[in-house]
Amino acid sequence: MSLPAVKLTDVYKSFGKSRIINRVNLEINTGERHAVIGPNGAGKSTLFNLISGFYPVSSGRIELKGREITNLSSHQINRRGLSRSFQVTNIFPKMSVFENIRCALLWTTGYRYSFWHLCGRLKRLNEKAEELLEKISMTERRHVPAGLLAYAEQRALEIGVTIAGDADVILLDEPTAGMSRSETERAVSLIREVTESKTLIMVEHDMSVVFDLADRISVLVYGEIITTDSPDNIRNNTRVQEAYLGKESA
Amino acid sequence: MKKKDKKGFFMWSKHGLWIAAMLIVIILPFFFRSGFSRSMLSQIGIAIIFALSYNMLLGQAGLLSFGHAVFYGLGGFFTIHILNTVSNGVITIPLELLPLAGGFGAVIVGLVFGWLSTERAGTPFALISLGIGELIAASSLMFPSFFGGEQGISGDRMTVFALTGIRFGKQITIYYLIAFWAFLSIVLMYLLTQTPLGRLANAVRDNPERASFIGYNPHWVRTLQYALAAFFAGIAGGLFAVNYEIVTAETVGFIPSGNVLMMTYIGGVGHFFGPILGAVLVTFMQLSLANMTHAWLIYFGLLFIGMVIWAPSGIAGIIMLHEPVWKAKLMKRLIPSYALAVFPALILFLGTVMFIEISYHLSLSVDPTAPMHLFGIHFRAQSLFPWGITVFLILIGFGLLQRAIKRVRQSWGEVNLIMKKESS
Repeated sequence: MSLPAVKLTDVYKSFGKSRIINRVNLEINTGERHAVIGPNGAGKSTLFNLISGFYPVSSGRIELKGREITNLSSHQINRRGLSRSFQVTNIFPKMSVFENIRCALLWTTGYRYSFWHLCGRLKRLNEKAEELLEKISMTERRHVPAGLLAYAEQRALEIGVTIAGDADVILLDEPTAGMSRSETERAVSLIREVTESKTLIMVEHDMSVVFDLADRISVLVYGEIITTDSPDNIRNNTRVQEAYLGKESA
Repeated sequence: MKKKDKKGFFMWSKHGLWIAAMLIVIILPFFFRSGFSRSMLSQIGIAIIFALSYNMLLGQAGLLSFGHAVFYGLGGFFTIHILNTVSNGVITIPLELLPLAGGFGAVIVGLVFGWLSTERAGTPFALISLGIGELIAASSLMFPSFFGGEQGISGDRMTVFALTGIRFGKQITIYYLIAFWAFLSIVLMYLLTQTPLGRLANAVRDNPERASFIGYNPHWVRTLQYALAAFFAGIAGGLFAVNYEIVTAETVGFIPSGNVLMMTYIGGVGHFFGPILGAVLVTFMQLSLANMTHAWLIYFGLLFIGMVIWAPSGIAGIIMLHEPVWKAKLMKRLIPSYALAVFPALILFLGTVMFIEISYHLSLSVDPTAPMHLFGIHFRAQSLFPWGITVFLILIGFGLLQRAIKRVRQSWGEVNLIMKKESS
């Protein structure tokens, strides 16, 4: 049995007096596609922010591939192989699409803080950026400033930026939110393709996306994980229906 | 053969601007022969390096510093001390390379202050930069052996041997030394924008959060960028030391810090060449306007405020706004409306000048009752008539300008419409 990709042990998070995450224990297996679902305000995004180091935990322990990452800063966690996207599109709006992708590649290609290489001359870097552009089908939009892209394109670009660093654990926060049916379908097939042989953790509201993509699903309600199971079992779980689906219909 | 021609053309189209700039720099002193204008050219060269280095912070990394002259001044002091050490025969460094002493000294200080001040951008950074400026200004009084107290530290560049064998006595020789360093610095600072660090400085400026999720520590990106900016400011300071052979505590103070901010901003922070324009214009204004009127600081202040309000992207921004129009060959549609705006703008300008000069004469001149002269006309500032003309000019100019601006907007609207049609 290999080490879990991500392991949370007794994780709490409070903001002032309000406890947002309440004793979460979670193991995400290497290579699985894992979805976190739950009603609005359940703490799904907060959970992501804890795992990715955006917030420090109040108490508890987080491990990435067997190594403790509790309260490391975001860039340190990223360098250990975890990358994430955001609920609200988070890219470099003034840069071109190509620049966005290339910047996201720089660290793992090994150029780091270099001020003695010219980006334009780095053949391997530019080839990789081209490949990735091709993968997210944005080659023709390469010169457009990212801030001027259509919404669905921005989301696709963000996925590109997220996977560029070749992290093996990918966190996607509502990757299809606000998309039309056909856009969602395209996004799902993109996600499926780019997370091939990687570990994916996603927060998603669209149940068809969740049941389509996820190997396992965790249900988060009021900061607690009430169950983790396969999609079929989740669908038939009465507690989930009460807590989650019931609430939605109310 | 044909292939070679193509390559030649490619070289020219890619590097033509640089080659042209180099030629201009070389031939400029042949057109400006007076001592005053040549020393102005030298000062402009120094100001260009300083302003571009400032833009590495403000424009490229989004760091608004109020204390950038710390590195300019310290670079000057490092250089003048090394110059004196060389004069005393302790070490041997050729004069041409002395500005590097300023650069390397500044980069070390820059790493320390950069680390201290760049954890966050925005207001915290701006305030810390103000504190650092205050700190160094205060130290300049506390450590007279380094800063030279009131009279500063002076040196004699003629006592230092030169690698090229040139005797750096006349201003023209120093001009070429400054031109060389300025050109080299411009090229290097431009290339820096193309490096991973340069790109990441932009990334951190726009979205530090995202930058940390692609593996970068925004604090360290800013620190390195800050230290490199300090390096070039130090080079500028070093050239200052070699040029004037004296460095005083004023060079680390708030006046040059504010000055470089305004130069850079007026030139335009959004384009690499913006600060160059700003440095040329502002240095020219400072030197020539100061000869023309005592009230020159008021004009400078008005210009700065006007730019911030109406043209926040600076001169470079205004120029680049016209690039697509130029490419679409539609400039001829804008020029008539611009030409119509020139006349009312001139009237308004004249009125403003009269207002400032008369007020200045009344309140600050030695003898306000003496007749003053403006544009070759003598009159008494106390009489009502010139005031009447002033108010008349300002009102008429303002009114006409409003109408002219409407025209300009109209023709811009037309041009945008045509360009949109053509692109679709």
